[in-house]
Amino acid sequence: MSFLDLVPDWLLIHGPAFLMALPLIMAAITAILPNKRVAWTSTFIVTAILTLTAFSIALYNVEVGTTLYKMGGWAPPHGISLVIDALNAPVIVLIAVMSLLTVVYALPATVAEIRPNKRAPFYAAFLLCTAGLLGMVVTGDAFNVFVFLEVSSISTYVLVAMGAARDRRALSAAYNYLILGSIGATFFVIGVGFLYMETGTLNMADMARILADLDGGSRVAKVAFGFIIIGLGLKLAMFPLHTWLPGAYAYAPTPVTTFLASTATKAALYLLLRFTFFVFDPSYAYVADILMFILVGLGVIGMVFASLQAIFQTDVRRMLAFSSVAQVGYMLLGIGIATTASVAAGYLHLINHAIIKGGLFLALGAMWYRFGITRMEDFRGLGQTMPLTMGAFTVSGLSLIGVPFTAGFISKLNLTVAAADAGWLWAVGVIMVSSILALIYIGRVLLLAYFQSPPKVNGVEVARNEAPIAMLIPMWFLALSSIFIGIKSDAVVGAATRAAEFLLGAG
Amino acid sequence: MSDWFAQYNYIVVIILMMTGLYIVFSSRNLIKKLAGLSVFQTSLFLLYITIGKVSGGQPPILLEDKSYGKDGGGQSLLSGPVEVAAGDAAFILPGPGSDVLYSNPLPHVLILTAIVVGVATLSIGLALTVRIREVYHTIEEDEIEAADFVYNLEGTAD
Repeated sequence: MSFLDLVPDWLLIHGPAFLMALPLIMAAITAILPNKRVAWTSTFIVTAILTLTAFSIALYNVEVGTTLYKMGGWAPPHGISLVIDALNAPVIVLIAVMSLLTVVYALPATVAEIRPNKRAPFYAAFLLCTAGLLGMVVTGDAFNVFVFLEVSSISTYVLVAMGAARDRRALSAAYNYLILGSIGATFFVIGVGFLYMETGTLNMADMARILADLDGGSRVAKVAFGFIIIGLGLKLAMFPLHTWLPGAYAYAPTPVTTFLASTATKAALYLLLRFTFFVFDPSYAYVADILMFILVGLGVIGMVFASLQAIFQTDVRRMLAFSSVAQVGYMLLGIGIATTASVAAGYLHLINHAIIKGGLFLALGAMWYRFGITRMEDFRGLGQTMPLTMGAFTVSGLSLIGVPFTAGFISKLNLTVAAADAGWLWAVGVIMVSSILALIYIGRVLLLAYFQSPPKVNGVEVARNEAPIAMLIPMWFLALSSIFIGIKSDAVVGAATRAAEFLLGAG
Repeated sequence: MSDWFAQYNYIVVIILMMTGLYIVFSSRNLIKKLAGLSVFQTSLFLLYITIGKVSGGQPPILLEDKSYGKDGGGQSLLSGPVEVAAGDAAFILPGPGSDVLYSNPLPHVLILTAIVVGVATLSIGLALTVRIREVYHTIEEDEIEAADFVYNLEGTAD
C-alpha cells in the first residue's frame, strides 16, 4: 500500500468527518465568492481533495476493515458515529469521483446553462449536495441519515430549478421533485421514529442488535420497515414512485443531471441495502416477504414498463431518464433475490450504472452545448459532426445495453447467473427482454447519428464542431472506465462481493 | 374504547397525516399543496413528541455532577428528590439517589432539527412558486400543464 504511506495519519483517522465537513464549510464560503473562475476553482480544489480522501479511506478500509469515528468524542450508541465499512466505502469513492468529474465538466457547461450571476450559488448548492450525499453514506445514525438526506435533497431542488435559464419547465419539475422528495423523506423519518419506539436507539448497529434480540420485533418494527421502504423508494425512483425523475433529469442543467443520475439515486439505494440487510435482516418473515413481492415485483415491472416508456420518448434526455428507472429495477431485482451473489450483482450494477449513465448524460450535455439539441430527430449525422462525443455516447450506450467487454455486460451477467442459481429462471427472461428494449432505444439514437447525413442549414451541411476538452475528458474517462471494468473487472466485482458478504455473510 | 382515548395523540397524528397527504394529492394549486405538505410534516413532529412522553415522567433536568450542586468537600448538596416550584406546580427533579421517572428529551431535539428542515423545504417551495408565477403567470397546475403543452408543440429547439 504505497499510496496509503503518502496519506497523513490524521486524514485516515478523521477522514469520515472531513468528507462531510469540508464541502459543508466550503459551500458557505463559495456562496459569497465572486461568480467567475474563483468559485469554480475553489469547488474544483474541494472535490479533488474529497476524491483523494475517499480513495485513501476506501484503501484503508480494505486494509483494516470496519472503522468507527466517534463524532465529538461521544461513544456510540449515544453519540453520532461515522462508520466506514465494506458496504459504503465504494459508494463514497463513487460520489467523490463523480463530483470531481462533474465540476471539471461544469466549467464550460455552466457558461451555457447557468446565468452569470448565479454561478457562485450554483457551486455552493453543488457542494451542499455533495456534503449531504457523503454524509448520509458515512453516518451510522439513523436520524442523521434523514438530516443529510434533506441537506442533499433541498440543494438538489435548487440545482434542478436553475435549469430554468435553459428551459422553463425546470421550475415545475423542481416543484414536483420537492413535493415528492419531501413526502419520501418524511415517510423515511416516520419509519425511523417507529424504529426508535421499538428499539430505543438511533444508532443503526445498535438497532440491528436489539431487533435481532427481539427476533424481528413487534408490529411497530413492521410498520417502520414499510414506511422506510416507501420513503426510500420515492428517493431512489422505485417504479411507481418515479414520476418526479424524468422531469427533474430532463430539465435540470446537464452537470446536475449527471450528478443526480449517478449519485443521488445510488445513495438512496445504498440506504435501502443498509436498512434491509443491516438494520433489518431478511431472516425476519416480513422483510423476506417485502423483498420477494414488493422489491422484486416492482423492480421487474419497472424494468419492462419504464424501458417501454423510454422507447416512445422523443427527447433523448427523457429517454435516458426512463432508462434510469428501468436500471433501478435491475438493482432492486438483485437486492430482492437476497442471495449473496445477487446482492453483489445488484451492488455491482449500482456502481456500473452510475458510470454508464454519467457518461451518457455528459455526452448529451456536450451536444446541447454545441448544437442546442436534445430531441431524437436532431441527432442525424452527429457521428460526423461530433465524432468524439458521439464515440463516448456510443461506448456508454453499448455498455447500457450490455454488450460484452463493457461494464453493463459484467453486471448483467452476474445478475443473470445469480438469478439462475437461485432458481429464478423467469427473472433471467425478464433481464433479456429489458436488455432488448434497451437495444431498441439506444440503437435508434445510434442509427440516426451514424447512418444519416448531417442536416443542412442554408444549403450547407453542418460542419464538424467538437465539444471543448473540459467536456471530453470527463466523458471519455467514464466511457473508458466502463470498458476497463468490462475487461478487467476484478477490483469492482471484488468490492461488490465484499459488500454483499458484509451484509449477508459469505456463502 | 378507553384504549382509544388513552392514545388520542396517535389518533390526532393519523388524522393530520392523512389530511396533509390528501391535500397534497388532491389540490391543483401550488400553494395549497405546500400547505398540505406542512400539515403532513407537522403530524410527524407530533408523533415524535408523543414518543418522548413517559407516563408520569418529569422534565428531564439533571442536577448531578455540577460544581454548584456540591459543598466544599465535594459532597453533593442534594440527597434525594428535590422539590422546586415551577409555575404553579411543584416538580420533583431526578437528583442523586432518586428513581424519579423523567420524560425522554431526545425526540424533542430530533424534532427541532426536523422543524428546521421543514422550514427550509417550505421556503424553497414558496420561492419556486414565486418563480413559477413570474414565468407562467399562474399557480394552478392545470394551467401550467396547458401552457407547457402548447410550448411543447411549438418545439424547444432554442
